[in-house]
Order: sequence, then C-alpha cells, then structure tokens
Amino acid sequence: MDTMSSTQLDLGTLSLREVNRALHEMTAGEVAVTNPRGAHSVAAGLTTPLQVTIAGHCGYYAAGMNQLADVVVDGTAGVGVGENMMSGSVRVRGNASQSAGATAHGGLLVVEGDAAARCGISMKGVDIVVGGSVGHMSAFMAQAGRLVVRGDAGEALGDSIYEARLYVRGRVASLGADCVEKEMRPEHLAELGDLLARAGYDDDPASYTRYGSARGLYHFHSDNAY
Amino acid sequence: MCGIVGLHLRDPDLFPRLGELLTGMLGEMEERGADSAGVAVYGDPRWSPPGHATVSVLDASAPADELATALTAATGAEVSVLPLGSTYVVHAPGDVEPLLAAVRAAAPEALVAGFGEDLTVLKDVGHPRALAAQWGLAEAQGWQGVGHTRMATESAVTPSGAHPYAVGPDQCLVHNGSFANHATIRRELRARGVVFDSENDTEVGARYVAQALADGLDVETALKGLCAEFDGFYTLLVSNRDSFAVVRDAIACKPAVVAETGAWVAMASEYRALAHLPGVEGAHLFEPEPERIYAWTR
Repeated sequence: MDTMSSTQLDLGTLSLREVNRALHEMTAGEVAVTNPRGAHSVAAGLTTPLQVTIAGHCGYYAAGMNQLADVVVDGTAGVGVGENMMSGSVRVRGNASQSAGATAHGGLLVVEGDAAARCGISMKGVDIVVGGSVGHMSAFMAQAGRLVVRGDAGEALGDSIYEARLYVRGRVASLGADCVEKEMRPEHLAELGDLLARAGYDDDPASYTRYGSARGLYHFHSDNAY
Repeated sequence: MCGIVGLHLRDPDLFPRLGELLTGMLGEMEERGADSAGVAVYGDPRWSPPGHATVSVLDASAPADELATALTAATGAEVSVLPLGSTYVVHAPGDVEPLLAAVRAAAPEALVAGFGEDLTVLKDVGHPRALAAQWGLAEAQGWQGVGHTRMATESAVTPSGAHPYAVGPDQCLVHNGSFANHATIRRELRARGVVFDSENDTEVGARYVAQALADGLDVETALKGLCAEFDGFYTLLVSNRDSFAVVRDAIACKPAVVAETGAWVAMASEYRALAHLPGVEGAHLFEPEPERIYAWTR
C-alpha cells in the first residue's frame, strides 16, 4: 500500500496485527484508525511520515517507538503512550495513563489533558508538553529532553534526574532527589516559548518555573547513601 | 499481572444484564491472568434469593443432593444446593451464621468462598472465559459484580489461591499486585484468633479489612488502615453489602481506570474491559490517584 489518499482502518473488523501491518506498509498519507476500544500497541512501530488519527481510547503503548509519523489519539491513552519514540509526534486529546513518553529519544509528545504518574520516566531526548497536570515521579531518571507541564506536578518531580529540563507553570507537590529549581535565563524562555507554540499553546513562558539536576548524584558521596 | 473488574449498577433496568456485562469485562482481562478466575455477584435472584442466606462452597466432596439433605436436617430450614462448576451455591431462608456453621460442620474439607445475604462467589483454577461459561455467568442478574483474573505470584495456583476473597459477610476483595509484609500481618491476625484458608497474600488483606469492619470501622477507614499497615503493590477493589471502593498504593504502578455514568460505576485494570458497557462513550473516565480512597454507596 503506497498512497497519499486518506485510508480508514477499522479495528472493529480488522485484527490489531492487520492494522499495524497495513500502517507499516504505507510510506505516506493520512490514515484514520477506528474502534480501538482500548487495544494495546495501536500504531506502534511506525517508521514513515504518516498522518494517523486514532478515533477513540487506546490501551498500552499507543504509537510506541514512533519514527517520523504524526499520530493523534482522539481519546485517552493507556500506559506508555509514545514510549521510546525516536521522532515525529504523538498528540493525545484526552488524558494519558502512567509512563507517557517513557524512555523516548526524540520527537514531540503532547498530552492535552492530564498525564498520570511517571510521565517522561527515563526520557532520553523527547520533548513532552502536558496541557494539564502530571502525576508523581514524573521525569524520574530523565536523561535528556524537555518536559513542559501547564498545570501541577505530583510528588518527587525529577527524582534522580540527569540532564533534562523541566518547566512547570503550576504547583510542584515536591521535588525528587537531586532535582532543584533553576533560573529562567533568556535561552530557557525562548526554548519554552518555542515548545509551547509547537504544542499549540500561547502561555507566557515567564509564568513557568524551571527545574533540573543539581548534579549531586553524579559522583559517589557517602552522604548520598540511604 | 492480574486483572480486576467491577460493576456497580445504579439503573435497575440494567440489573438483568449484570452477568452479561460482567462476563465481557472478565473475558477481556483474560490476557492479564489466565491461571484462575473468580467473580462475586450481588443480588442474583436464583443464586441468592431475597430473604435467603447464601454460602458459596468450593470442592465439597459430597454430591449436591446429599449435602442439601444433610444441611436441611442440620438446620431445619429448606436448604438448596446449586452446583455451578466446582462451586456449590448453598442457600436457605433465614440468617447466614447458622447456615455457615452447618456448612462448615457438614463439609469440613470444603472451602467457603463467600457468604452473605445477597452475595454469591464463584472462583476456580482455569481460563476466565471457560469458567464464566461453566458458571453460566452471562445469565446472572443483580446490582453489583466483581471479577478477577489471576496470574499467580505469591502463592500456589489452587482454588483457595483464586480471588475474590470474600471472608466477611457480603464482603469481597480483589487485588492486583503483591503484599510484601503479608506474613507479618498474618501472624498478628492469627494471634487475634483470625483463621486463614490459604498462604495467599491477598487473603491477609481481605482478613484485615473484614476484621476492621467487624471492629466497627467504615470501609474508608479500614482501607486507610490497610494503606498504613501493608507494604507492597496493590490496586484493590473492595465491595460490601452496599458499597464499592477502590484504592491504590502510593507508587500506583498497578493500573486502574474508573468510568462513571448516571447508570453505573465501573472499574477495571484497563479501559478495554469497559469498552462494551452501555453509554461508556459518554462516561466520566479517570485513573484513581494513589492512596486516595474512592467509594460509592448504593
């Protein structure tokens, strides 16, 4: 299948494997996936610049491992949406369950609603913009990339963080080990403004606070032992 | 893993469809655990007729008719024994305590899977869909149902290791996760005289809640106590004669999703178990927050 026209793939009549195989065989074009009904791994493993819209709620790992494709989940997403994404974009119109964008290396993940616990866990270069709030232990062991939260962050934000930059507009319940508040310099205001614009928001970047690594855990120190 | 499902109906027009809806929910969670399964059904008029006490009995050695005769003779009430798979659903007019005592005396080798005024508990080793078919679950009616699909981690794959754990009157608890300090709490409860049926971690949670309710605490307070006392991972669904409650541990790595409409409240490990419920497209859908107790009362 190699088409630029709009294609519809119905999970009510096709199996998940048939739908994902059809998506993997396409190289361009727009695709609507209907009746996901909470199925796992919908539109996972895409490697071409498709425009995919999933009409409904998805289960685990929706659009996981994405490369180049732009995937919209027009509903809520289960555990690990966009996990290990390399490039492209994933947008969730509703809420996302835990571990959204886990270990992702690149691309843009937008969650228009709330994201639950561990959003951006071990993120390795992805940009994540959350329209609402994030749950506890978000950006846990984050290594690279940017996490933007337009609402509040739960307990232990950025626990054991390496080098990602976190921007939160609302309240942070608590910061995790080695995560600290940092100064918003002009380059941070600029990159945050750019991220918000790419995600479709026009908030004032100055209304955000930046958090990042104190780098106190980089080297062994006996006081770090619990 | 393990899968949890629960459905608390508000609209009486749906009561005749409880079993059908619960069967779909349970089957959808088969991939989360297929070594055992169980359900608790509240208010089925055949299994737990109004005005009757019901005791669910697993693996009794006597044939159903012989057990019915023995129980009728022992209690003086007209006792019915309905075989559903390897469970006997025993019911009789009157209170539950004398019937429960008679069942324990007449079938000491059997496991009491649940008891109460309108609660029937069916559980066994096997595939969830096959067990639901054996039980005739799709034909069940009622106002509330709970189900569990098990992937065993903490104790053996036996009927007594299957969920639900329904160890107090009209109470039922299902669990996804594992308790780390169950042996310690089991010892403490045993010291208080609590008797256990298995070495299963979840049974300790259920006995803890039952003991708290017997001590006069409400479900919310009992579950707060559980959060303080138990270490480990858990999403729990705890039902009682008039209520339905959900709680997750502080880490909340075991999944849970709640959907609520004017006609029902449903909870499951994953959304796909709710996708067939009538009106789910308009439901308020949310993930329970850690250590917050969500309770709905009839």
